[in-house]
Amino acid sequence: MLELFGPSLLGGALIGLAAGGLYLLTGRIAGVSGVLGGAVLLEAGWWRYAFVAGLVAAGVAAALLGIPAAQALTGSSWATLSISGLIAGAGASLGSGCTSGHGVCGLARFSSRSLVAVITFMSTAALTVFAVRHGIGQ
Amino acid sequence: MIVVAAFLLALLFGAGLIVSGMTDPARVLGFLDVAGAWDPSLAFVMGGAVVVAAPLFLLAGRRAKPVLGQAFEGAERSKIDLRLVGGAALFGIGWGLAGLCPGPALVVLGLAPQAAWPFVVSMIAGLALGRAFNGASARATPARADVSAA
Repeated sequence: MLELFGPSLLGGALIGLAAGGLYLLTGRIAGVSGVLGGAVLLEAGWWRYAFVAGLVAAGVAAALLGIPAAQALTGSSWATLSISGLIAGAGASLGSGCTSGHGVCGLARFSSRSLVAVITFMSTAALTVFAVRHGIGQ
Repeated sequence: MIVVAAFLLALLFGAGLIVSGMTDPARVLGFLDVAGAWDPSLAFVMGGAVVVAAPLFLLAGRRAKPVLGQAFEGAERSKIDLRLVGGAALFGIGWGLAGLCPGPALVVLGLAPQAAWPFVVSMIAGLALGRAFNGASARATPARADVSAA
């Protein structure tokens, strides 16, 4: 179990360092849906584009280093990916945040709104997986 | 300076997402599958992130302004309302369908663009749609307040 928990904890610590560091240094919240949504709608601030580019660059660097993309990525159909992206995007902007904004930054700031959001999206995500994997027709 | 910091910290954020396993949708779905062969390890991602980020946010709270910037960004909204809960509920459904959320999706766009682009394109459309709704309802709210006051 430790071989799975260790990387998760280390990766989480790096995410926390980046999110906390961004706030301390620039005063900005590292909520990816908020940053990306603002960038797409051409809100002021070049830092938004830099942040989005940094996330994509991390993936490019990993590919150049030979880290394989997960096999599972090809497991979801084009239609499933499109529908899930649309729902996740709309939900994140309506709910003012996603896993990073509410789950990392919000909880780290002891926001009760974020705690409610995290409990809600964790529950509906688990219910969705349950319905798909064990629900009707399985 | 802020732009450079944002890029480097996003690089660090992305590295964390890769190391933690969040960029592997199979791992994410395994974590969400509490009724199946549940893989609880990803709970340590959010746990580890919050434990490291919280002191940095506390430290920031003691400062008048950020180290490089002019002001700290506040929360967009402050109420626990239907839009927060409904939006979060919708977000969870989208997350649970493919095992991808916005941060990992952008990293995977760099790692395996051919696999990630349909999610990223439709996510951007979804973000724009949600923001259009938020904007429309923000414009409608003063009118509604007037009606209730009358």
